[in-house]
Amino acid sequence: MKTSTSLRSLLIAVPVMTLMACSSGPSEAELAAERNRVAAEQAAAQQAAEQANQEQVRLEAAQRLQQAQEIAEQERDELMSMQTVYFDFDRATIKADFYNVLDKHAAFLVKNMDQTIVIEGHTDSRGTPEYNIALGERRAQAVETYFLNAGVSASQISVVSFGEEKPAVTGTSEYAFAQSRRAVVVYK
Amino acid sequence: MKKYISQTTILITSILLCVAIKAHAQLNIVITEGVDNATPIAVVPFGWEGEGILPGELSDVINHDLRRSGRFNPMNMSQMPQFPRDISSVNYQSWVDKGINTIVVGKVKELGGDRFQIDFQLIDTQAGSQLEKSGQMLLDGQLVAGQSQLIAGRTLTVTGRDFRQFGHRISDIVYEKLTGQRGAFLTRIAYVAVRDRETVARPYQLVIADYDGENELALLSSKEPLMSPSWSPDGNKLAYVSFENGKPQIFIQDIYTMSRVKLTDFPGINGAPRFSPDGKKIAMVLSKDGNPDIYVMEIATRQLTRVTRHRAIDTEPSWAPNGKELVFSSERGGKPQIYRVNLETNRIKRLTFEGDMNLGGTITPDGTELVVVNRTNGNYHIARQNLNDGAMQVLTTTFLDESPSIAPNGSMIIYSTLHEGTQVLSLVSLDGRFKARLPGVAGQIKAPSWSPFLR
Repeated sequence: MKTSTSLRSLLIAVPVMTLMACSSGPSEAELAAERNRVAAEQAAAQQAAEQANQEQVRLEAAQRLQQAQEIAEQERDELMSMQTVYFDFDRATIKADFYNVLDKHAAFLVKNMDQTIVIEGHTDSRGTPEYNIALGERRAQAVETYFLNAGVSASQISVVSFGEEKPAVTGTSEYAFAQSRRAVVVYK
Repeated sequence: MKKYISQTTILITSILLCVAIKAHAQLNIVITEGVDNATPIAVVPFGWEGEGILPGELSDVINHDLRRSGRFNPMNMSQMPQFPRDISSVNYQSWVDKGINTIVVGKVKELGGDRFQIDFQLIDTQAGSQLEKSGQMLLDGQLVAGQSQLIAGRTLTVTGRDFRQFGHRISDIVYEKLTGQRGAFLTRIAYVAVRDRETVARPYQLVIADYDGENELALLSSKEPLMSPSWSPDGNKLAYVSFENGKPQIFIQDIYTMSRVKLTDFPGINGAPRFSPDGKKIAMVLSKDGNPDIYVMEIATRQLTRVTRHRAIDTEPSWAPNGKELVFSSERGGKPQIYRVNLETNRIKRLTFEGDMNLGGTITPDGTELVVVNRTNGNYHIARQNLNDGAMQVLTTTFLDESPSIAPNGSMIIYSTLHEGTQVLSLVSLDGRFKARLPGVAGQIKAPSWSPFLR
């Protein structure tokens, strides 16, 4: 068995050596270059793959961020459609009907610390303008207090009262009065 | 002679009126109640000695002034028995027969160079008639001494063509001679006009006008609300609140130079500024410490003194004429009522008890009455309360009355009210007998403030 194996090796080796000796095949330098080329290709491919991977990660992160922003914007837009809280005549107490709406604003503000709001307080045109400035501030402060209790940072909130100076609906109907007695959450 | 307008004042006024932009709306007084109580008088059209026609309508201005005071009912020109230009040509009995006991006659003479001489006389026709009957009247066509029929006679030499102002001056003299009270015809009002917020870019305007609504002048136009104009005691400045920076701030503006200064920028409410009677301080409402309280600021140093400290709403400070007390509205007793605070002792006393609530208190110039916005059964009306006996009298019957401001002679209150769905200015005499409306042409007119005497 041993002999036969060596013989077989020889049988293969001789033609190969003969071939190498008599043909003008690739030189040692060429082979090295070839090996380098393959290695470089492999490295490049690897690098590209890594880059692609990183890109993918980056893209996904960006997408996640964008999605988050989109969600925030969507939420904000949604909140914009319910930014007004109405009050009873001569009152600054928040009615239970509006807890749900205010909770949504509060949750959003807690989640998005970069968002800031102005709470505007308004009254109807009954009573004196100066007293109504004070009443409007009280209404805006009632909303502010609700948000603070819900964990919103004070630095996200400012308050301004316009009293009876900017009625939502002009006129002296009960409807106009009711529409004007309000606090409005305005995102900056 | 303090009655005479100084030429400087006339000049300044003329310059102001020339450069000023006219506001769109003009106010025209509509008298709604009270002519029946007024004393008959006749203002005979003034004679004119000059070229062309008499510039300005002197006697018209005097007629309107006297009628709008609520104290007089001037006779229509078409009913006058004669048109005398001076006392020598008055037929006393013809006026007495018409029930006119007092007449104003006069003439204007052109002196050249825009100078005019105005002669006028205020005549008691009844006294004149009696003198005529007793035959003491004329002696060789000369008036005898001791003319008891002549109540007042003046000669004014004036420069310029602001005949409205001269008319107001004559009205002042006539009014004071006949009522014993100083006239307030040479005064102004400041107010806020709100044009259509949908179509006008700067709908909020701070406007000044003569007391009768003439010579309207917009001092300021803004995108954001303007509130609470209040005159300095010299009549040169206004303090007011502007929201132009997205929050209320108190400004002081010179109405002649138009220069303005931002006085306050505290967090929260900066409101209801009122000059002290000496003009050195401003009372105001600030909520920087959590809720609205009354403060007094020294204008020169900006030094702030806190006057009230209460968790309830305190607002609408107004100086007593002596400058030592303020009245203000407070919810400390539940619903808003008027309180008085002594600035030396800080002692506080409740003044009003009648009705659901009382707001916007102001003390009359003589210190005897408190003018308020009274709410009874949900209706807001202007009322007055005697400070000695506490008796309250509701003066108005209009709708949603607010922002009363008293004429410097204490005769009349101007306030804001709703008329046919629009906010307009209205007048009511302090006794409640005379009522008039000053409808604006465009927009809502509010927050009137009557100037001090301007001379």
